[in-house]
Amino acid sequence: MSVAGNRSRALPRAGRALPWALVTPALGWTLAFFVLPFIAMGLSSLTAHEGGGFTLANYSQFFTDPSYWRAMVNSLEVTAIVTVISILLAYPFAWILAEQVPERWQRLALMLAVLPFWTSYVVRSYSWLLVLAQNGVINRTLIGLGLIAEPLQLANTRFATVTGFVHFFVMLLTLTIFANLKQLSPSYRKAAADLGAGPVRTFLHVVLPLTLPGIMVGAFLTFVLCIGDYITPQILGGNNELVMPQLVMMQIGRRGDFPLASALSIILMAVVTVAYLACARWLKIERA
Amino acid sequence: MSLKTTNPLSALKSQLAAACAATALLFAAGAAQAADLNALIWCDHADPALLDPFETANNVKVNVKEFEGTGAGLAIVEQSQPGDWDVMVIDSIDVPRGVEKGLFEPLPEDKLPLADLFPEVKMDGSTVVGGKRYGITEKFGYNTIGFNKTKVDPADMQSLAALTSDKYKGKVAIYDYYLPVIGMAALAIGKKTADLTEADLPAIKAELLKMKANAKLVGEVTASQTALATGEVDILVGGGEWVTAGLAKENPALDFSIPKEGAVLWSQSLAMFKDSKNKDMALKFIEYIMSPEGQARLATSSCYWGMPANSKAALSDEQKKILRFDEQPGFLARAQAYPAPNPDLDKKMQDVWTEMLQAQ
Repeated sequence: MSVAGNRSRALPRAGRALPWALVTPALGWTLAFFVLPFIAMGLSSLTAHEGGGFTLANYSQFFTDPSYWRAMVNSLEVTAIVTVISILLAYPFAWILAEQVPERWQRLALMLAVLPFWTSYVVRSYSWLLVLAQNGVINRTLIGLGLIAEPLQLANTRFATVTGFVHFFVMLLTLTIFANLKQLSPSYRKAAADLGAGPVRTFLHVVLPLTLPGIMVGAFLTFVLCIGDYITPQILGGNNELVMPQLVMMQIGRRGDFPLASALSIILMAVVTVAYLACARWLKIERA
Repeated sequence: MSLKTTNPLSALKSQLAAACAATALLFAAGAAQAADLNALIWCDHADPALLDPFETANNVKVNVKEFEGTGAGLAIVEQSQPGDWDVMVIDSIDVPRGVEKGLFEPLPEDKLPLADLFPEVKMDGSTVVGGKRYGITEKFGYNTIGFNKTKVDPADMQSLAALTSDKYKGKVAIYDYYLPVIGMAALAIGKKTADLTEADLPAIKAELLKMKANAKLVGEVTASQTALATGEVDILVGGGEWVTAGLAKENPALDFSIPKEGAVLWSQSLAMFKDSKNKDMALKFIEYIMSPEGQARLATSSCYWGMPANSKAALSDEQKKILRFDEQPGFLARAQAYPAPNPDLDKKMQDVWTEMLQAQ
């Protein structure tokens, strides 16, 4: 048997093993830090807080207690509002950056657009609290202009929570939509124009459908991050209504009730999974 | 000079040596940590002005872990190894919970200044279990009405009824901790906080909902304190000296009252862990905190002020004035115990609280 012959058999085997070797660290990471904790959380959610033992009470608490249900409804409402407003603001912003700003200024413009990312999330939320407060910039300006006589209640409301979220997620969506717009070949628009389509029609029938993946990726990230966020509603919402992450934190912080917190977290994950399945077909950015 | 000039084997060896050195350093740090004092605390104990003198005098590092609420503290202990923690700050009424779980070590009474404590806050009913002392009250205060006396009529603040009156609609914040505020709601409807049962919950809930209807926000410590300090609200339900005293210099208009219906007395205790590997140092720490100097520093901690349990705390006249030290006998006579529900009632109280938070 020649050395060359051995190598010819060995190489394909090595070739087959190489991909597995390369993905093993990622698989190990996922197993250790997602799958196993998820299983532990699932088991915990089926355990009674007092005395241990199997129970479905943690789940039934959610489905039978209206104030728990309300937290999920609040979460979905806030998340939906934030996602829609963020898309409506981010798309024109991304389009201006990609289409109207000269190429050489785009990098700087993009950096300026995401500048708020550089500040701490908590600090940014508290800053909004001061801006929206009774004696804050907005109320003082409106009173100074004579538009209102008494300060509006802006802080500690759902409006404040949505504002804080939108400020953050517009940046995220701008990035994903901008990336998608930059990948779009100018040939599509030229072809549409050759076929007699005006700018509006070209946008609605060519550009928008082709940038849908960018919108959906950003929207899904917004949905996931928004529905799981505790800090913004806690700081800006004034606890005047609870969302799911606040309810989870209440179980842990107040009673050390990890089983109920686990059950609520599993339910929240189920909602995120449904959202993923609903928009899975768009969750990819392909070169157009 | 640069890595490019080093052969790969040498680079690997030097990296291995660095890794070994780092590992040795970690082990050394671990060994040093074993001799440290590990304390599960509330934020007032994290103040360097409180810890530095003890660390310097005893050549020890105090590692602190902050938590809020007994449930969270006990959850941290459950997830730790026996011996990880040496001392714990805990609501005085919850000391028996720790004893039931077999966590705490009896404290030697002869080493503690028990005779100097305000008698009303010794709380032997909670801190002594089975004839043994497991906790010592270190700090106390009131969950009552905190307010801005330039914005509200101080006379109105002498009754809990003001909290639900239309006069102050939208001017109120509620401190987001269910036990003391439920206690205040109970006082408002004429119930004693020590006698609360499940049958009282509907009336308490109705009172809480009336408070919520008047409230602009329900906030944890920082949020509620900020709301009162910045003028976002004029009244804080559940506030007290722990909110107003620390801000007295910046905002002398902030004050608190003990209304005619009474107020809820809060008190925090120190306990030592049974499995502590450093019991001598843990006891020294408790002795230090309970000393007149330690008590003064704890009472005026940067996180929040509160009354020292030791009546001989070395406070300045100005600090005593801010804490209304001389009025304590009258306040204590009107204060009622912190609600101490059993686990079942506790859960039902939290459900009532959640309903109040969700009410529109």
